[in-house]
Amino acid sequence: MIKILLFADLEEKAGQREIDIDSTAMKVGDIRKYLVEKYPQLTAIKSALPAINEEYAQDDVEAKSGDIVAFIPPVSGG
Amino acid sequence: MGYKKLFEITEKEIIIQEVVNKVIDRNAGAINTFIGTVREMTKGKKTLYLKYDAYIPMAEKKLQQIGLEIQSDFPDAHVAITHRIGKLKISDIAVVIAVSTPHRSDAFTASRYAIERIKEIVPIWKKEHWEDGEEWIGDQLEKTPYPSGKPSKEDLT
Repeated sequence: MIKILLFADLEEKAGQREIDIDSTAMKVGDIRKYLVEKYPQLTAIKSALPAINEEYAQDDVEAKSGDIVAFIPPVSGG
Repeated sequence: MGYKKLFEITEKEIIIQEVVNKVIDRNAGAINTFIGTVREMTKGKKTLYLKYDAYIPMAEKKLQQIGLEIQSDFPDAHVAITHRIGKLKISDIAVVIAVSTPHRSDAFTASRYAIERIKEIVPIWKKEHWEDGEEWIGDQLEKTPYPSGKPSKEDLT
């Protein structure tokens, strides 16, 4: 199980912050594609930066079961 | 002195002095503070209030990373940053940065660096609420963030 976290606009569009994917290993880029297929309203996920276990990661990195993969939309703190 | 959390996301009102107190140091000759507040007018649009949200554990880690980046440039610097989330009114304090260094110039530079860096890598988002709508705000720097890098000198001028 890989846990997905969505924030801000993505969270609102998906209607939830957390999504579980029943997979033992999946590349971040494939997770992104999977999410857009399942939730077509998440088009903005294209401009989100992925993070695995609270550290920014690239699309070619593989997430494993137990990992938390977050999609970080452009930030606006400060 | 008790345990001090130097890099913090909070839902409570930020007490400026508490952040400043965390960087007091006998070898410091300067403490610079940056206080970010909620602005009413943005590009002619009137904000009623803001809501901030964050990926809290990662945001606190990234604030800490900013502190370490500052200390790699200024080893004697002490850095504390608190960012508030939740619903904020106009003029409420959203973020307080305090940096102490032996000499004032470094404290100014580091404080400026910290706020610019927050807007690049720290997973915090604000939603502006107007009379006629609301929107999550993103990419205020109008450029692609680069989480592992640093802003160039030009970004800080």
